[in-house]
Amino acid sequence: MNFGKQFKEGLITNNPVLVQLLGMCSTMAITTSFFNGLGMGVAVLIILTLSNIIIAAIRKIVPDKIRIAMFIVVIACFVTCVDLLLQAFVPALSASLGVFLPLIVVNCIILGRAEAFSYKNGIAASAVDGICQGFGYTVVLLIMCVIRELLGTGTFGGGILNGGDGIRLIPEQFGIKILTLPVGGFLCLACLIAAMQWALARPQKKEESK
Amino acid sequence: MSNITSLMSIALGAILVNNFIFSQFLGCCPFLGVSKKLDTAVGMGVAVTFVMGLASAITWIVNEYILVKFDLLYMQTVVFILVIAALVQFIEMFLQKSMPSLYTALGIYLPLITTNCAVLGVALLNIQSNFNFIESVVYGITGGLGFLLAIVLFASVRERNVFADCPKCFEGFPIALVTAGLMALSFMGFSGLSVWG
Repeated sequence: MNFGKQFKEGLITNNPVLVQLLGMCSTMAITTSFFNGLGMGVAVLIILTLSNIIIAAIRKIVPDKIRIAMFIVVIACFVTCVDLLLQAFVPALSASLGVFLPLIVVNCIILGRAEAFSYKNGIAASAVDGICQGFGYTVVLLIMCVIRELLGTGTFGGGILNGGDGIRLIPEQFGIKILTLPVGGFLCLACLIAAMQWALARPQKKEESK
Repeated sequence: MSNITSLMSIALGAILVNNFIFSQFLGCCPFLGVSKKLDTAVGMGVAVTFVMGLASAITWIVNEYILVKFDLLYMQTVVFILVIAALVQFIEMFLQKSMPSLYTALGIYLPLITTNCAVLGVALLNIQSNFNFIESVVYGITGGLGFLLAIVLFASVRERNVFADCPKCFEGFPIALVTAGLMALSFMGFSGLSVWG
């Protein structure tokens, strides 16, 4: 098992959001404050890892035809657990994520990894894959949050730091308000994906020019 | 007649003001994935509208008469996704038997609707906003119409986008996202629109 390789894949070369283009809805919708992004990222990381483990464990006894239905039931159970736990212990996060918390069920990353990876691999490898992919997702969410929050409202770490208001780095009147609106989500993600395509294409170009 | 007015404002909200894609980010995956060609986009939009309307009706009934009655609200997510998956399966079988032409036209997109977050999203939003049965169905159908409008507009822009000259790294997906962002911006023009009753 190659932990380093899987980690690099999850974070960069096969990043779930920027390269596989999965889980767009939540990436654009909830990345308005640092707290939201962190909470959503960790929630997905936990659910993805647990569902990957279970699916890898039951993959030999599940008939091929009903596997998607089985995946969804497994994922839905974990999502419900996480949803209820957050409602009980972190109600502020649960309120600000709103409908997107139960919607993790239909987050394509989790179903996609179940189908593409854990249905074909062992338990340990699937767990590692869940952690790496979940980590890649969280990092992208955090980058989006920091960009949108810092340029949009001029603060950093909203929701947790400085009593929930965040640390002000840019005076309020210079904030680019559009980045906090839905439009900002689309544009910000577009730029991130473009940067990723540019970065991934660079080594290929070098080889070609040699 | 306040009832009609409230239904009208729900409809207007779901189609234009709070469009599922441009302001709530529900259903972005099929929106971005199935919008390369106009005709498949239309097929997907119609199928989603149909499923969203039916799913709103059925999940509302299930929630009211099974989950609330037996105090099983914590099972909501699991039950809703199962209901939607079963519904999509039934529609698929029904279409295969009775309307094979539509079935082949929709093809792979029909099973994909199960994992469309707009469908599960509309079911959950109906419950969260305390809609009654009729309001739920109206919200479901008009939400679907909003999705149809968005995906048709987007697909027709995207068909032309292919021929445009854009920076190498923006080719393909990023430029589509920028397009969607600009459309979301134009849809913001509808905010503040409301029906006065």
